[in-house]
Amino acid sequence: MIRILRAALLLLMIFIYAHRAHAEVEIQEVTSPGGIRAWLVEEHSIPFTALELRFEGGTSLDAPGKRGATVLMTALLEEGSGTFDSQGFAAKREALAADFGFDAYADAVTVSARMLTENRDEAVSLLKGALVDPSFDPDAIERVRAQVLSIIQSDAKDPGAIARQALDELAYGDHPYGSSRNGTADSVGALTRDDLFAAKAASMVRDKLFVAAVGDITAEELGVLLDRLLGDLPKAGAPMPPHVVPSLTGGVTVEDFASPQSVVVFGQGGIARDDPDFFAAYVLNHIVGGQGFGSRLMDEVREKRGLTYGISTYLVSLDLAETWQGSFASANEKVAEAVTVVRDQWSAIASGGISKAELDAAKTYLTGSYPLRFDGNERIANILVGMQSEGLPISYVNDRNSYIEAVTLDDVKRVAKRLMTPDAMRFVVVGRPVGLDGTN
Amino acid sequence: MIPFLRGCIVAVLAAAPASAADNVTSFTLDNGLDVVVIEDHRAPVVVQMVWYRAGAADEKPGVSGVAHFLEHLMFKGTENLASGEFSRTVEANGGSDNAFTSWDFTAYYQRIAADRLELVMKMEADRMRGLLLSETDWQTEREVIIEERNQRTDSDPGAIFGEQKRAAQYLNHPYGTPVIGWRHEMEKLTRRDALDWYRTYYAPNDAILIVAGDVQPDEVKQLAETYYGPLEPSPGIGPRERRQEPPQLAERRLSFSDPRVSQPVVSRSYLAPERDPGAQEQAAALTILAELLGGNGQTSILARKLQFESKVALYAGAFYDGTSYDDTTFGLAVVPSTGTSLAEVEAALDRVIAEFLETGVDAEQLARVKTQIGADMIYSRDNVEGLARRYGEGLTSGLTLADIEAWPEVLASVTEEDVMAAAREVFDRRRAVTGWLMRDGDEEVMQ
Repeated sequence: MIRILRAALLLLMIFIYAHRAHAEVEIQEVTSPGGIRAWLVEEHSIPFTALELRFEGGTSLDAPGKRGATVLMTALLEEGSGTFDSQGFAAKREALAADFGFDAYADAVTVSARMLTENRDEAVSLLKGALVDPSFDPDAIERVRAQVLSIIQSDAKDPGAIARQALDELAYGDHPYGSSRNGTADSVGALTRDDLFAAKAASMVRDKLFVAAVGDITAEELGVLLDRLLGDLPKAGAPMPPHVVPSLTGGVTVEDFASPQSVVVFGQGGIARDDPDFFAAYVLNHIVGGQGFGSRLMDEVREKRGLTYGISTYLVSLDLAETWQGSFASANEKVAEAVTVVRDQWSAIASGGISKAELDAAKTYLTGSYPLRFDGNERIANILVGMQSEGLPISYVNDRNSYIEAVTLDDVKRVAKRLMTPDAMRFVVVGRPVGLDGTN
Repeated sequence: MIPFLRGCIVAVLAAAPASAADNVTSFTLDNGLDVVVIEDHRAPVVVQMVWYRAGAADEKPGVSGVAHFLEHLMFKGTENLASGEFSRTVEANGGSDNAFTSWDFTAYYQRIAADRLELVMKMEADRMRGLLLSETDWQTEREVIIEERNQRTDSDPGAIFGEQKRAAQYLNHPYGTPVIGWRHEMEKLTRRDALDWYRTYYAPNDAILIVAGDVQPDEVKQLAETYYGPLEPSPGIGPRERRQEPPQLAERRLSFSDPRVSQPVVSRSYLAPERDPGAQEQAAALTILAELLGGNGQTSILARKLQFESKVALYAGAFYDGTSYDDTTFGLAVVPSTGTSLAEVEAALDRVIAEFLETGVDAEQLARVKTQIGADMIYSRDNVEGLARRYGEGLTSGLTLADIEAWPEVLASVTEEDVMAAAREVFDRRRAVTGWLMRDGDEEVMQ
């Protein structure tokens, strides 16, 4: 039996833009007969369904000494299962014109599928094989391992990857967040087939699973699909690793790299997603270095001085730790000036240098753009699974803009003072910067 | 498998059909502005795009990069808008905006709530003829585009290699010049260069307006007439005439090494025909050929032979995008596995091509490719912005709406014989450029 617990009419009354009766997103919470829960938006105008699965934990669940196991495991899910070898699986998927994507991130293993209505049952059977019974065939392991090793080699010569990696290592040390999720040449080289089964058992389990479906499917059909696709997965996996406090200190780290341009990643402590000040910090980040051309740093570093092609900042609020980071690239001769401009702006904003006009512009952008995110089955499925993983209720879609609206100038200034620590901002510079020396 | 070398080697389902079922309406204003409306009423969102039939390949010699430079300067203001106000206004209304330049087009877009269409249309029409450039604005922006070149090209040995290879591919046609521009010419671009470009090409009779999303064609027509209708056409817009390639008679080879290269690659491209108005059959056959040879990392011919059977390659792919104003290229790329030399992997690639020309098409594989092309007509409807881009790219490449709408049908009717005829025609080493990208200190000698 399908129990439809809640159905909400969304977006309709809250947003001034979303006033058309035919454009609301109606999210249902579905529980399958076997007890698997999912969020669903029915959209029958196009004959396909987007299905999004998210297993919490991701590469953080790599066992000690097995760094890279979750990435390699995830990459091998589509390399054969049951009676299909790698090419047989791919040929079957092509014949069904289904698309499956498997990815491993710091906090989650994700599976994105799109399936035509006309052959959905067959597509589900094929996907089930990948999720429940992957072969991890030795030949495929060696082939994909070589591909991962090649990516590790490429990252070692990519200034952006070097900079991100260096900042993570400074912030998190031995915690899984402190190293590349791909692992090292040594750790990946040593992974065995058993390690891959262990990595799968640790992370791809029902206790860690969130599901969203958007498209040409009813709640009842989805319930049946969930049990068929996911019912045979084990219930429990590995425990989550502990929370960690990033240990970033103020200063500049220079990594020599022969290139005309320096890549810079900078970071300091951040804010948890469930902190009461999160929304004020979110608005603040938009003012400082958010999307688009209107942020303070974009204006000061690019528009006024021509020191970069682009600069942005982002709150990195992971499941187990929080940082606030930013990045840009500047010619070696200009990068010292750009770092100074960023630091000066960070100090000025920390001490209250934010105008009402900047706050108002940020709020109108953030509230106005939110409903525009809901404009495709795949996009909506992604949003819904993300909301579930953050522990947000369905009603959040209605309430989210009111949290943004409630942020006052005093809030933003208070949070700027609380969070922004220009003296504890670490800049990692990868290049041949002129007039910029590393500090401790 | 791992998505390999993302961003370096282009994914290949350029099959990209757009169908007659897209709810597409079109009309032309008296001043020559072509308008296309694509309806999608699932969400209260609209995308406005203005595409100019002018891109880097239309630049005069000596001012490479000016099309892209002007694209940046288009955000600098008019009599009615201060510098930066365009984007600030879009963002204050919850929208986002940007622009992009290629060899065949320059395009501007905004994505915003559907009831704000009038606002962005008014601003976009305003800057079609009314751009103003202050002294400081253009000089600072020239620094920005040079930083963009630093970031996208000069910091990436793969991008430098691609630029060099492209220059070797085209002896005479301006497709051999990078869109971003050659650095020494970018450094000398002036306000005058940008305005000359602007005055020549930015006019309603050289533009296509595409409005996609939660809109009604009548409403778009009324707004377009109000805001774009009064703009004067430019008298100087004629047929696009570019220097064409002479017949290529000798194979070209180049090698490039750089300390920042981690993964060597052999890259081969052959001059190839593009989709022509009313004659897209050969381009369709080449599109299918690229899919069969290198479209899928497990089932394509190159992947099976080079990655699975002989194991000489970590990655092998084929790529072709027929949406182009003038002749384009058909490309092959192979990354050797550890312990395999570039010479060996190139020889293996040539053997696979020769064998394919002997054995022909596997009917089952062709059927699967066609199934996917058919399904793409369904999936593509989930992304109306993507659909709008297909129309924009097609129309600025000289195709008509009828060509764009016929494309899925043309692809579906490609036969095994068509594919083989196209393959025999295109795989002629005398019309190819082969490049080796190598690690510093690890060079091989090219024969």
